[in-house]
Amino acid sequence: MPRYIGKEMSRVDGVAKVTGRAKYAAEFQVPNLAYGFIVLGTVAKGTIKAIDTREAERTAGVVRIFTHLNAPKLGPKASTEYAPPRNTREQDKSFRALQSDRIYFNAQPVALVVAETYEQARYAARLVKVTYNAERHQTDTEAVREQARAPSQGQPAKTRGNPQEAMRNAPVRVEAEYRIPIEHHNPMEPHAAIAVWQGDRLTVFDKTQDVYGVRTHLATSFGLPEPDVSVISPYVGGAFGASLRPNYYPALTAMAARELKRPVKVVYTRTQMFTGHGYRPHTIQKIALGADRSGKLAAMIHTAVHNSSTIEDFNDNTTGFTRQVYACPNLYAPTLIVPTDLPTPTWMRAPGAVSGMFALECAMDELAYALKIDPLELRLINYAEVDPESGRPFSSKALRECYRLGAEKFGWKDRKFEPRSMRDGRLLVGWGTATGVWGAFQRPASARITFRIDGTAHVTSATSDIGPGTYTVMTMIAAEYLGNRPEQVKFELGDTKFPRAPSQGGSQTTSSVGSAVHGAALAVTAKLLALANLQADSPLKAAAAATDVEMLDGRLRLKSDPTRFVVISELMRRNNLTEVTETFESRPSPERQKYATMAHGAQFVEVKIDPDLGQVRVTRAIEVSACGKIINPKASHSQEIGGVVWGIGMALQEATEIDHRYGRIMNPNLQHYHVPVNADVHEIETMFVEEDDTVVNPLGVKGMGELGMVGVPAAIANAVFHATGRRIRELPITPDKLL
Amino acid sequence: MNDDFDVTSEPELTADEEALLKEMPTLTDIGQARRTFMGQTIAGGLGAFALMLLEKERALAALSISPGAVFAPAPALENPVRVVLKINGAAKALDVDSRMVLLDALRERLELTGTKKGCDQGQCGACTVLVDGRRVLSCLTLAAQVEGREVTTVEGLAKGDELHPVQAAFIKYDGFQCGYCTPGQICSAVGLLEEARRGEVSHVTEDVTATTTRLSDDEIRERMSGNICRCGAYPKIVAAIQEAHSGKESAQTWRFVEGDELARVRKEGATDETV
Amino acid sequence: MRPFKYVRASDPAAAARAVAANPHAKFLAGGTNILDLMKEDVERPSELVDLTRLKLAEIKAARAGGVSIGALAKNTDTANHPLIRRNYPLLTQAIVAGASGQLRNMATNGGNLMQRTRCQYFYDTAMPCNKREPGTGCGALEGLNRIHAIFGWSDKCVATYPGDMANALYALDATVRVRNAAGRERAIPVDEFHRLPGDAPERDTNLGHGELIVAIDLPKSSFAKNSYYLKVRDRASYAFALVAVAAAVELDRGRIGQARVVLGGVAHKPWRSLEAESALTGKPASQETFERAAEAALREAKPLAHNAYKVELGKRAVVRALMRASRLA
Repeated sequence: MPRYIGKEMSRVDGVAKVTGRAKYAAEFQVPNLAYGFIVLGTVAKGTIKAIDTREAERTAGVVRIFTHLNAPKLGPKASTEYAPPRNTREQDKSFRALQSDRIYFNAQPVALVVAETYEQARYAARLVKVTYNAERHQTDTEAVREQARAPSQGQPAKTRGNPQEAMRNAPVRVEAEYRIPIEHHNPMEPHAAIAVWQGDRLTVFDKTQDVYGVRTHLATSFGLPEPDVSVISPYVGGAFGASLRPNYYPALTAMAARELKRPVKVVYTRTQMFTGHGYRPHTIQKIALGADRSGKLAAMIHTAVHNSSTIEDFNDNTTGFTRQVYACPNLYAPTLIVPTDLPTPTWMRAPGAVSGMFALECAMDELAYALKIDPLELRLINYAEVDPESGRPFSSKALRECYRLGAEKFGWKDRKFEPRSMRDGRLLVGWGTATGVWGAFQRPASARITFRIDGTAHVTSATSDIGPGTYTVMTMIAAEYLGNRPEQVKFELGDTKFPRAPSQGGSQTTSSVGSAVHGAALAVTAKLLALANLQADSPLKAAAAATDVEMLDGRLRLKSDPTRFVVISELMRRNNLTEVTETFESRPSPERQKYATMAHGAQFVEVKIDPDLGQVRVTRAIEVSACGKIINPKASHSQEIGGVVWGIGMALQEATEIDHRYGRIMNPNLQHYHVPVNADVHEIETMFVEEDDTVVNPLGVKGMGELGMVGVPAAIANAVFHATGRRIRELPITPDKLL
Repeated sequence: MNDDFDVTSEPELTADEEALLKEMPTLTDIGQARRTFMGQTIAGGLGAFALMLLEKERALAALSISPGAVFAPAPALENPVRVVLKINGAAKALDVDSRMVLLDALRERLELTGTKKGCDQGQCGACTVLVDGRRVLSCLTLAAQVEGREVTTVEGLAKGDELHPVQAAFIKYDGFQCGYCTPGQICSAVGLLEEARRGEVSHVTEDVTATTTRLSDDEIRERMSGNICRCGAYPKIVAAIQEAHSGKESAQTWRFVEGDELARVRKEGATDETV
Repeated sequence: MRPFKYVRASDPAAAARAVAANPHAKFLAGGTNILDLMKEDVERPSELVDLTRLKLAEIKAARAGGVSIGALAKNTDTANHPLIRRNYPLLTQAIVAGASGQLRNMATNGGNLMQRTRCQYFYDTAMPCNKREPGTGCGALEGLNRIHAIFGWSDKCVATYPGDMANALYALDATVRVRNAAGRERAIPVDEFHRLPGDAPERDTNLGHGELIVAIDLPKSSFAKNSYYLKVRDRASYAFALVAVAAAVELDRGRIGQARVVLGGVAHKPWRSLEAESALTGKPASQETFERAAEAALREAKPLAHNAYKVELGKRAVVRALMRASRLA
């Protein structure tokens, strides 16, 4: 019976966060600090003709102005980076600032003004005058969609069966196009770095989901041995993918600090964030579904086109999960990309999945209406018992239970099938559902535990906590397996002085880092057991392996006979030890290869719509998630709520607007780019259907940060259709689209 | 860093971080979870967070100026304004650039980084502080404008070791994830509770001519809409504020599916393809 | 933000004199708009005259049953003042429909009238904008104009005035009292306060440089019982209006006496529709009457490429607001 795992625990960093003591990247106090302010360009493509910095340099407090003319060249990017949706490492070709006169996108950084104060730097930045040789640009994915091609990385799309012929022969077909605009992460904390050089050693405080990734990036940029670079990021004020890759500002900040021989701080403005870290790409999807009259899918053809930049191929694998959600013998589902003169897109919460599933799950709803079959029933009819892509069994899959329990809880049986058939007074009521899916990923990760004679433990791993509650979950896992109390465990993260962990992306932190902490605790146990059994009269002689014993309340005892134990402090004293330190690297088990490992969920939403004014309110949402074991339901529930709120934003509000004449983002701020506010969010309930999955990892956990969002935009769009009879296939569903 | 202002009274800005060890709220169970709720008692672990960072900063604070470090030729402030800032009960005289907003004065001059910069444009609420007891945005307030006013930041809400009830409720209900909007949310909530006590109305008040001091959840939602939380902790923020406002505990909105329930739907699923 | 001299004004006359003496000086009150625009380099004053210590925040009963509202009274205090809530609930509703609690605690009534457009092109100094920089063109005219004007725009500018409070002030026949550097006061009827762009979109209002708003006067209102402020926006709160309607009617046994219909978010000033009002006066309060009034209100609308929806939305909003004002919905 677990003592901590599976029980609600308040965040161990809670007091630090509610008292303002938690320190984020820009908040570290460093002496002799200079402030950098980035100057953004004003054309979408071309070259810089001239930069006049004279007026800016004359203003009070300016230390130096860096442009491509005087900025030192950074070393070649030798690093690779992790691509969460594909679970692979790929060559990093990301954009770096001030390295040439070439303009790749509008609002590209063209200079960095460094001054004694923030006010001085911001003002001088306005006085830098740049002229350009502008070239014809293209920022409209719609206009170039016909030129879309397969991305250079990732697997080429395989065809399953004979989709074209099966589609022709299908008695019932639906076909439609769905559009998702560019969206931006907009974490509340702006990206920031403080760079401090001590000789040739570099320390950077950064907002990042991947301290080791930033370290590699900086080491290659400045030609340093990796150990000479230290990256520190104890708190991250939201990221959602916007800090997975090393963005351009850490190297820019470190470059300025090196040149000026003093610490420099650079913080993005909200506007600079819109071209400073990537975004969810503009995605146009065409889906055709063919089925027999009973609703069984005969063919699926799902083509996604999204934009990338001219700098590199980015591919969010939009259609990836289409291959695995429903049983269907004939399928073609490529994701194509088309370059545009915009910054490179990046991963944004539930990357690819939420975009692809928006289209697929709306199309499934359309098919349900074409067939006059309940939308939920259609999903059960096409339930995939094994992975349709590989034919392998699922390591666990309780999706059917999610559908049924969610439907029960929601009252789905009272849903009237006909659109526009349910009302609450003047308001139209709509009920919609959709499936959520995400991979149960795991990456190699390391953790170190120092267990002390007083029963306390220091646990470290260079992961991050962008909000899911990693500090708390790792504390719980360590306490569970070290047999002490959470308050005796101090877990630290976000620093390259700690053992290596993967980036916090792709909902894999608990499975990867949690497994490492678990393994390190077992290693401590094994060490203590070995020490105990050095004694001839050890009461633990019956233990063949560390798994035969457990640590609990200061004792190491036999699982099979808890009356046989040693007192750990006495054992350590006898061996002249004050502490035991073990580092453990966990790796995904080869057993996983025999299975498809995925997390699933079902989402049910209710919308109420004012038919005259077109305003949609999501009045009720139920998330039912099957994602293995839940370690801390309190924080997991928060993740699910966050997923729904993100789904509401994507479905109803969010769009990055570009004036294609200028190729410039015109709403790079939070007054014009709308994200949900408190009044947009109503009841959200979560049910966890736990799965006993010993394949995915020793803790049996799957990710959930992305999962909770994946089906929500489709469920909302389907509910809007049910309420109004209007099928809106282009997000966001703003009031004007419903008049 | 702080040599450019006079400390006219002993500031609480560098309060002993050890005090953090004791700043623990008393928490109780919420709802009727199958699995019991673990009260937070990790004082030691908590204190460590702040201490670890302090240790890093202490090391950096000792850094001397590198040979060849480049400074601006004339770093003197243009348009300096001398202001006496009263922050969390301590008064300080400070010479600021006229362009400096209160937010930057707190974060860049006074080491009060609890107040957050989210947009710097009045569009997110992360920088909310209380001025003379009312919630305002420090990003759109010049430092010079608060001369003589009482400013309260998130650092000033707890009374010694005791968290403000709103802070404790945020922990209890998990009213945050990344924590970055949290100080602004909390200051905003503290201001809101006062506004409610005064009977102020909002956009969702049905009859603005009537007076009530009792806030529904919808009233709290509307009144907290000036504080964006991108992690989406809104329902839990509302629950926390509702409890601080009315003492009413909010129902738990998550549960584990029980084994017998699972067995039942699995059995039904085997025999029935309809919903 | 450019360097500027900060001056704390001691009395209204000194404030007006200080601004009048410097063509690049501006008043600073709540700061909620001007400081943002200064950070964006859209506003570039060389001097800010801080008004916030002036004694111009009083809200008091005035002659003939009216109310006088100090220019420096905060939006929150104005909306919640018993005289306003009781006699001008439309104004209360309009104020609390705007911005956020924090911003309303900062914003003053005078400043609210002076707030500038939220047009994206106005905000981005890399883009053409005749309001910000005369002669550069209008970026929105053939660009992104979903949130722009459908009334009263010119080919020089299609921006809207973004406020909520002023929509109610128009419906309530308010007068804006201003004082110049010489201490001379004049009263500007609120519907002559804001300007349509015409050939000079850089001028938002008819206020002279250095003229200080000291108060907003509301005459006795016969609309206290039957008024409603409706705001339609892209999210439930903390967003500017796509369309807003301030509606007010006098009702006598189901028949409409005087009426006011003012649309917000559709022009560079609150758009009072005399056509709609005359379609209401003397008619029974009913959905049909309101639909005719709504048709009349939007008849002359000239939508741009992306905001045609505002015409239909405007009509529906007018009907709904009138239904609510007359308590039929």
